[in-house]
Amino acid sequence: MEYVIIGNSTAAVGAVEAIRRNDKTGKIVIISNEKYHVYSRPLISYLLLGKTDEERMKYRNDDFYSEHRCELKLGRTAQRIDVQEKRVILDDGESVSYDRLLVASGSSPVVPPIPGLEKVRNKFTFTTLDDAKSLEKALFENARVLILGAGLIGLKCAEGLSKRNVEIICVDLSTRVLSSILDDQSSEIMKQHLEDHHISFYLGRQVTGFKDNVACLDDNDEIPFDVLVLAVGVRPNVNLIKDIGGKTNRGILIDERCRTSIPDIYAAGDCCESMDISSGQIKQMALLPNAYMQGECAGMNMSGVDCIFDKAIPMNAIGLFGKHIMTAGTYTGQTYYESDGKDYKKLFYSNNRLNGFILIGNIEKAGIYTALIREKTPLDTLDFELICKTPGLMAFSRETRAEKLGGVINEYLGSPVGISCVE
Amino acid sequence: MKRVYVNEKWCLGCHLCEYYCAFASTGETDMARALKDIRINPRIRVEECEGISFAVSCRHCPEPLCVKGCITGALRKIDGIITVDRNRCIGCYTCILSCPYGAVSPSEDGAIQKCELCIKTHEGTPRCVLGCPNGAIVFEERGE
Ligand SMILES: Cc1cc2nc3c(=O)[nH]c(=O)nc-3n(C[C@H](O)[C@H](O)[C@H](O)COP(=O)(O)OP(=O)(O)OC[C@H]3O[C@@H](n4cnc5c(N)ncnc54)[C@H](O)[C@@H]3O)c2cc1C
Ligand code: SF4
Ligand code: SF4
Repeated sequence: MEYVIIGNSTAAVGAVEAIRRNDKTGKIVIISNEKYHVYSRPLISYLLLGKTDEERMKYRNDDFYSEHRCELKLGRTAQRIDVQEKRVILDDGESVSYDRLLVASGSSPVVPPIPGLEKVRNKFTFTTLDDAKSLEKALFENARVLILGAGLIGLKCAEGLSKRNVEIICVDLSTRVLSSILDDQSSEIMKQHLEDHHISFYLGRQVTGFKDNVACLDDNDEIPFDVLVLAVGVRPNVNLIKDIGGKTNRGILIDERCRTSIPDIYAAGDCCESMDISSGQIKQMALLPNAYMQGECAGMNMSGVDCIFDKAIPMNAIGLFGKHIMTAGTYTGQTYYESDGKDYKKLFYSNNRLNGFILIGNIEKAGIYTALIREKTPLDTLDFELICKTPGLMAFSRETRAEKLGGVINEYLGSPVGISCVE
Repeated sequence: MKRVYVNEKWCLGCHLCEYYCAFASTGETDMARALKDIRINPRIRVEECEGISFAVSCRHCPEPLCVKGCITGALRKIDGIITVDRNRCIGCYTCILSCPYGAVSPSEDGAIQKCELCIKTHEGTPRCVLGCPNGAIVFEERGE
């Protein structure tokens, strides 16, 4: 069996680890246009911050590829897939044949079409190790850094720059920071917290153009800057599949076995769209845990073990200047709410199910809430009032607790949570 | 594989397991001296409510959501035991968001902590199990 994987990041690792559980001898070829040993992408902001280094950024140990017997083609781009011949054609013309192919091509930063952008000096996106290295080189004492986008990536970048003696200004179209994962009040708490750490915001504003290194806003304000970071979002890399007529939307469409619409071609991670079971909607969930679990599910199926991953939900754990946020699921239904103006907790529920939550500050045992969403636990089977106040196993019935803490753990059927495999 | 199992029927709510856990990670020989005047932050935690109590620590899940979701690769499964490389952990707490048992907690230095069955500090039976005066926590293999 010949396995080919395009991409060398989280989803690829999930697939390799799963394939090698089932197939010790098949050939695995990994193609990636990034030239590095697999690294943890979220750590690029911590690298700027000085809290990690290239060695510790490695997502797996140095012997990962040899131990899992993978052949690497790094610094190479997969140009197209030849479905008839079952080959992947690389940028230098080489072609690699596959029996099973995984597209784990991730996403690319969106570069907004703003007039004058092409003339801006020192502009960067912020999604790769190389991005972080080039951004770092462009910094100097008292530089004014303008970050476009107050979402997860923009704000992590801001935090990464915070020890660099630079001025940080953040502009976003939305009137709220982290608008995709926070509601009004929690967003306001985070904005205050970020401002306390010397990040200035222009929210609800749009950059309409650049005059060299001056940004012009829709209300005629002008912001001069030295360095620009574009962090307005990411777009799934779908072209390899789209070009051969595979089903794509914003992301590649996959089923619960991570199969694309084309035989023997699988896809996993940020390049995909999948079902968010907390809302029932198909969407892109560009998050590392999902990337791993989809990659793993793809790898299981590619190596002949029937396996489904049907428990994807949006979930974020993000720390900014010492304040931790956790969110998961969908924000619909009735709410349970607690806040003292600094910490924050809101749970969303309807139809006997927990749909989602937002926590700031006290994040203890948050995974118990996540599990309620993921497992669609009927809320009338537990002490909901108690669990709203304090997440714990106490809220479950005595029988459930006995099962959770004393029950036989079946190695072969897997845990009752997460990925389920039929072996 | 041997795991820690808890039977709440026998739990006295004495919290000794928490003290033994905290003591185990100090590397000291005298418990009273090692824990004097400190607020312990154990990896096993007793939940208590209206006369019911039981200890919770990592289940060492065969399909560990904490490991799959760990953004740095700091969490790994080695011979069935879920361990954390504290040098690599960045304290993002994705594992706390992922663990369905609430078995991961922050530590004082920013990395997370969780039960590692004492493999890094002691041989043999985990200290919480040895310290439990009523056999409410056991370390055994159950029909796997
Ligand atoms: C700054 C930052 C912070 C983040 N923080 C978090 C966080 O805290 N928590 C969280 O859950 N997620 C976070 N994420 C998201 C997380 O990094 C992604 O969800 C995860 O990396 C997705 O993994 P992947 O394997 O699907 O794709 P990617 O990591 O995007 O990797 C895809 C790889 O494929 C390569 N590739 C693409 N096309 C080709 C081709 N044609 N030929 C060869 N190679 C190709 C790409 O160059 C890339 O190396 C963060 C992302 C960023 C940028
Ligand atoms: S920390 Fe939680 S998810 Fe991870 S192995 Fe232990 S019980 Fe399972
Ligand atoms: S807090 Fe540490 S161990 Fe937990 S997910 Fe983050 S990096 Fe991994």
